[in-house]
Amino acid sequence: MSDMLCPEDEAALADTLREAAGPLQIMGGGTRPIGRIAPAQALSTRRMQGITLYEPGAMTLVAKTGTSIEEIEAVLAAEKQRLAFEPMDHRAILGTSGQPTLGGVIAANVSGPRRIQVGAARDFALGVTFVDGTGQVLSNGGRVMKNVTGYDLVKLMSGSWGTLGVLTEVALKVLPVSETQTTLKVHVTTWADAVACMSAALGTPFDVSGAATVQAKDGGFDSLIRIEGFETSVQYRACELTQRLAKFGAVDAVVDPWAEVKDLAAWADLDTVWRISVRPTDSLNVIELMQNLQQDRGFHCQLDWGGGLIWLGLEAAQIADAQAGLALHQALQRRVAQLKGHATLMTSGILRDQDLCHFQPPERTIERVSQSLRKTFDPRGVLNPGRMS
Amino acid sequence: MEMPQPNAEILSKKAKVSAALRAVLPYDAVIDDPSETRAYECDALTAYRCPPMIAVLPATTQEVSDVLKICHHEGVPVVPRGSGTSLAGGALPTADCVILGVAKMNKVLETDYDNRLIRVQSGRTNLSVSGAVEEEDFFYAPDPSSQLACAIAGNIAMNSGGAHCLKYGVTTNNLMGVTLVMMDGEIVEIGGGYLDASGLDILGVICGSEGQLGVVTEATLRILPKPEGARPVMIAFDSNEVAGACVADIIKAGVLPVAIEFMDRPIIEICENFAKAGYPDCEALLIVEVEGSEAEIQDQLDRISGIAKKHNPVELRQSQSAAESAAIWLGRKSAFGAVGQVADYMCLDGTIPVSALPEVLRRIKELSDQYGLRVGNVFHAGDGNMHPLIMFNANKEGDLELCEAMGADVLRLCVEVGGCLTGEHGVGIEKRDLMETQYSAEDLEIQMAVKDVFDPGWLLNPSKVFPLSVSQSRRAS
Repeated sequence: MSDMLCPEDEAALADTLREAAGPLQIMGGGTRPIGRIAPAQALSTRRMQGITLYEPGAMTLVAKTGTSIEEIEAVLAAEKQRLAFEPMDHRAILGTSGQPTLGGVIAANVSGPRRIQVGAARDFALGVTFVDGTGQVLSNGGRVMKNVTGYDLVKLMSGSWGTLGVLTEVALKVLPVSETQTTLKVHVTTWADAVACMSAALGTPFDVSGAATVQAKDGGFDSLIRIEGFETSVQYRACELTQRLAKFGAVDAVVDPWAEVKDLAAWADLDTVWRISVRPTDSLNVIELMQNLQQDRGFHCQLDWGGGLIWLGLEAAQIADAQAGLALHQALQRRVAQLKGHATLMTSGILRDQDLCHFQPPERTIERVSQSLRKTFDPRGVLNPGRMS
Repeated sequence: MEMPQPNAEILSKKAKVSAALRAVLPYDAVIDDPSETRAYECDALTAYRCPPMIAVLPATTQEVSDVLKICHHEGVPVVPRGSGTSLAGGALPTADCVILGVAKMNKVLETDYDNRLIRVQSGRTNLSVSGAVEEEDFFYAPDPSSQLACAIAGNIAMNSGGAHCLKYGVTTNNLMGVTLVMMDGEIVEIGGGYLDASGLDILGVICGSEGQLGVVTEATLRILPKPEGARPVMIAFDSNEVAGACVADIIKAGVLPVAIEFMDRPIIEICENFAKAGYPDCEALLIVEVEGSEAEIQDQLDRISGIAKKHNPVELRQSQSAAESAAIWLGRKSAFGAVGQVADYMCLDGTIPVSALPEVLRRIKELSDQYGLRVGNVFHAGDGNMHPLIMFNANKEGDLELCEAMGADVLRLCVEVGGCLTGEHGVGIEKRDLMETQYSAEDLEIQMAVKDVFDPGWLLNPSKVFPLSVSQSRRAS
């Protein structure tokens, strides 16, 4: 494959797409090689950089998509603001290097633990400009907080993994940084108690902004409950929550664990990782399936979003061979389909050469509509073909 | 406002279509007597009226599917209707259409407090969704001012907002899934109890598509625990500019109120005369509401008051009780009714960057002088969603047209300063012909191409959203 194409601006990108003779692999910083990646000419937005507008008083930031998340977060931090949806950095679990970009975060709809309270990346995207598969420059949405003018293609572009167009500029809603945060750790003995504890916390009026559960060293589980805001308010809510959650296990305040929860840095050496989204209480059904299938081999598991987001991981030694890995993957997607959720294979060494669905196979009509939308935006099929399968 | 000529061939099939519909629906769910179809001749944009050919009131998703199959087969346009509260003419019929009303579909299908969601049929009213979960101290956050009457179906079609969206987001941020019936009758589930789409975010494009892509019959909605309490502070200023600067400072300070409402002098005066809310004599009034425990509320109100005092307010009144809160909100909540008492009015809905607020208010005043029509401004200042109310006399020849022309100028101004035509009401027919001021021909083409995917025959609510001249070839096909 020839060198990566890195157009400098929208016009050059449009020319490139118009003239594309074959499939292109679209990327920002290349830190999220998730999904089916067919051999193709690589095209990155990384040279299209810069924050074009930032109005802290209007909570709005507009930037070119090649701008790094690091730069955006630094500029926001200087005004005590942030990307409230807390985008995950996938470099640890995927073993990638490079800089995560705004375009990548929106194209993959990447959020973190605070998604449960404030919404996903797609909820913070106010407007997009992109180049479709024919080289047309198109815009949708705008830079204001409320906008129902025409169809919401901003949502459609978010999480479309570059299959509908190459994003060139995104307008974002940003939010103030909280004055302080406190995280309570509730030590529980079963996954069921963990999910019940997180549900109970999220069912209070105390504005929980993170609810995750990690495996503890003693074989039990630590449910982590985050509260953010002004100092006195956080103290008050921490106190109220401590009382209400004590019935699930011992409650302690802990040092901010959320970077670890968000990026799963401790999972860097695992061979295979799945990301599963279900109704929070259904996470127990998925865990039960894994327990049955893995028995003595064991598996790694972390719950986020109150149980609605399940991270499952296997060490190389926890999978017998590729056939067993494939069977496990298919069993997971089948069970998750019954639960009406979705399971994505994020990375796997052992399954690298297997023909499988990385993303949850969609229902028939959704698949037909999706294919039809892709054909509309990219009639020649040059943009990340097959990526979301 | 122009509407397409009704199709004579379709009108000639009325008896046949009625009979086919009666074969799949209970007799009284098909309304085809002209004296009765008149009940569906308009929505809340009452300046435009046209009785439909037929109205149907299905009670189940399957019945909706059956209706759409028949209309699809016969080539009859369908205009979906929630409660008919659209201010943009989203549910305005054409003479050759079938109105598909979801009013009978108002059941709660499931409440799930552990997972903080509710599933309802789409004809259920917004407020009654909150009502269904109130006893467990939960609520549904989006709160359009028509929430007593408006249906979830219409909320989804228009991606409705409300005063409290600054904190909780609009419909799209609180919608987890829908059951959608496509124009050919196919029933499809999109989203559900989980977060984020597994493939393309089709739910995201359905929400706000003004009933042009399919008919939503059921919805899964996020519900939230009710805050412990809420209280507002009222802050009066002697200029719009200063009030606007105060809003920006509150946001920059990291306080995120649930609502920041703004009223200008004409509205303050009209509301005060109408509701006797005790508003001071001033140019601009902010109502800022915060939530939490009693101590948290007091802390936030003190922070906001501290910021406001740097801007030398004419008056600052923190509510100390439920009665005082009600008094502060009384005028704001009766604003539309109060203006309706003194004049006919047109309610605009453009959104602007908050930083452009003083300039836009000044230029609206200039337009008001130029057109000789009074304008009051009442709006959600935290997110820049304006609601200029242009007052006119419907009985005076040419006044409606004058008002519409001025409204168009105000909306062009919103786009010019970096905003948009509509923040929460939708395009409907009202802003249809202004779409080209916000979007290029290519931007509109791709949106129409999305409709082609869902409804290739352009039978669903066809004469809305896009300028008639732009959608002409598709509608005629």
